Amino acid sequence: MFETGSDILKTSTGRTLRSEEMIINMGPQHPSTHGVLRLELVVDGEIVVDVIPQLGYLHRCFEKHSEAMNNYQQVIPYCDRLDYLASMNMDWAYALTAEKLLNLQVPERVEYIRVIMAELQRIASHLVALGTYGLDIGAFTPFLYMFRDRELILDLFEMTCGARLLYNYIWVGGVSHDLPPNFIQKTKEFCTYFKPQIKEYNDLLTYNEIFIKRTANVGVLPADVAVSYACSGPMLRGSGVDFDLRRDDPYGIYNRFQWDVCVGKGEVGTIGDCWDRYIVRMREMEQSVRIIEQALEQISEGDVMSAIPKRIRPNAGDCYVRTESPRGEIGFYLVSDGSGTPYRVKARSPAFVNLSVCPEICRGYMIADVVAILGSIDIVLGEVDR
Amino acid sequence: MLWQFSEALILYLEKWTGNMDQLLKSFLDNEILVYTIMAFVPLLWIVPYALFAVYLERKVSAHMQDRLGPMYTGGWHGWAQTIADILKLIQKEDIVPAAADKKLHLLAPYVVFIGSYAAFATIPFSSAYIGSNINIGLFYVIAVSSVVVAGLLMAGWSSNNKWSLFGAMRSAAQIISYEIPTAIAILVVVMIAGSLNLQEINQQQSGWFWNWFVFKYPPFVFVAFLIYFVASLAETNRTPFDIPEAESELVAGYHTEYSGMKFALFFLAEYANMFAVSAIAATLFFGGWNSPFGDFLGGPIWGVFWFLSKGMFFIFLQMWLRWTLPRLRVDQLMYVSWKVLIPWAFVCVVGVGLWTLL
Repeated sequence: MFETGSDILKTSTGRTLRSEEMIINMGPQHPSTHGVLRLELVVDGEIVVDVIPQLGYLHRCFEKHSEAMNNYQQVIPYCDRLDYLASMNMDWAYALTAEKLLNLQVPERVEYIRVIMAELQRIASHLVALGTYGLDIGAFTPFLYMFRDRELILDLFEMTCGARLLYNYIWVGGVSHDLPPNFIQKTKEFCTYFKPQIKEYNDLLTYNEIFIKRTANVGVLPADVAVSYACSGPMLRGSGVDFDLRRDDPYGIYNRFQWDVCVGKGEVGTIGDCWDRYIVRMREMEQSVRIIEQALEQISEGDVMSAIPKRIRPNAGDCYVRTESPRGEIGFYLVSDGSGTPYRVKARSPAFVNLSVCPEICRGYMIADVVAILGSIDIVLGEVDR
Repeated sequence: MLWQFSEALILYLEKWTGNMDQLLKSFLDNEILVYTIMAFVPLLWIVPYALFAVYLERKVSAHMQDRLGPMYTGGWHGWAQTIADILKLIQKEDIVPAAADKKLHLLAPYVVFIGSYAAFATIPFSSAYIGSNINIGLFYVIAVSSVVVAGLLMAGWSSNNKWSLFGAMRSAAQIISYEIPTAIAILVVVMIAGSLNLQEINQQQSGWFWNWFVFKYPPFVFVAFLIYFVASLAETNRTPFDIPEAESELVAGYHTEYSGMKFALFFLAEYANMFAVSAIAATLFFGGWNSPFGDFLGGPIWGVFWFLSKGMFFIFLQMWLRWTLPRLRVDQLMYVSWKVLIPWAFVCVVGVGLWTLL
């Protein structure tokens, strides 16, 4: 942390000489604001005095659009577009909410497929997050390596449902297609291929001295602040809070698998710094591979569409279901008036909440650190600007 | 047979090009004209070199990063990639922001390029060719390469863009800071050679490769070379010191508002600068145009080959680093210069000084 000019320049009589501050716009067209975020920076030279995130450049009215749909199933393509790097997780969260409203039990094979897809998606999402994070710090090569490996996951998704980004795969009551015949084999091959790749990322980026210098002790988010701002996901766990919805409020069949929740330990700096948030994501990918391998071993045959209702018309009522997306807690609140159309849809999106802590952890650092901090929050504007 | 023929050809050429300015004087009998021609010779190298360097940069990145474009454009090994790049740049609209200081904005890329190009005047490409064989060659290189700072400041200021201004200020601070360790590291060689004349420094390293200055007074001169190389990376704005143009922080820094060929001119200057610092490294520490094997494959023509090879090797190193390392922060960059490189450079100066005294 740096003192700003106004703190440094004190006269002998104790009066403060203020240096002139400058307001500078980072975004909406800026390589590091990942989409269309605008950060209004108040800077004193290179030192950041204040950060004010300005939203609204992408806003596409997810909730109101969802309420205007003919039925509950039609909302799913909109969920795809919420967090377009973790569409599977978004779809699953919405489907779970609708299923709870309908009191619907999905077949066991569907549960396994959903876990496999969600964890593959988590790896794919973290690969983008970590790759672009390297890019923010100035390292180009890891970004392309991670995108190369992400392509393999997208290949798996494509062979399953035909799409590479917006899948519309997880439906209320099941999934749109069963797994293709060689999916399990291909996914096992991917897991075998991917594990050594993590070591390569670590060699190239994680333990690079310059990378550590840029991320350790930068943007420190203490655990109490993270909790009070309702941060979730790697942002919360990076601050040392051992909380993961997959374990602590289990949904699906996560309680059948052996895996660990990764938390920041301040290994190279302070607990809750940018490096901790980064390493949590890196280690979560390893855990996701563990879960996928177990799910592939346990999965059984069965129909995947038997529970999909022909017409969805839940009783009047409401419910809220939350799941662990790659960015944290994604929750949907649905209100039904007994008709076939959702009466009210509300999404609690993790990146939006995580972004709110940005001013808190950016003050007193340099402009280059704002880039590092923003990258470590891992925002996707699709769900920030719903 | 072919080998013998090429040997004979080289001997013949060497006979005629033994000393290029003498040769030209015998033809033209006008000193100003001779030196004008001599000044343009490096341009014959810089432009094709810049094309090749862009190609090399893209190939290095392609091999390191699994990029496809530079591997396929035009067929065999992506040979047409640079041509495609140039065609694209030529077609770009030449934009000058409405609120920019237009004269400065237009002038800045040329000033930057002139700063880089002027340094080539004293670079000894071979025993037979040097643009200007002045006895303060090294001093001149250090002085004239500082002109780049003025050009970058002009570009950043005139663009009327806060990011550009940040980039310009950073580059001024960076280049000026890193000139100090560069100069001190160069001083180590000057102490050994007792001369600022680059041609003379080369001649003192003739013979086998163990006569190169980098192997003298171990480890002081080798450390001085490392300091020079790191500092030269910063002076040419290369990763991990590409802070003035840090694209993820300052969008593109001082050249944010430049498009098309003016943007290309900045890059031409950067590549020219890269070669200039590499050439100085080769000259001061690695024997310049001298063959590593004594007289074997020596002489003015082979000298050009050795000199360019050594220079290109350092350029490859710069590219390798670019595609490997992240970027430092501004204060960390200053820390490296003032608290790491400068003290160690002084240690080298004192070490070599004491060694020569003893």
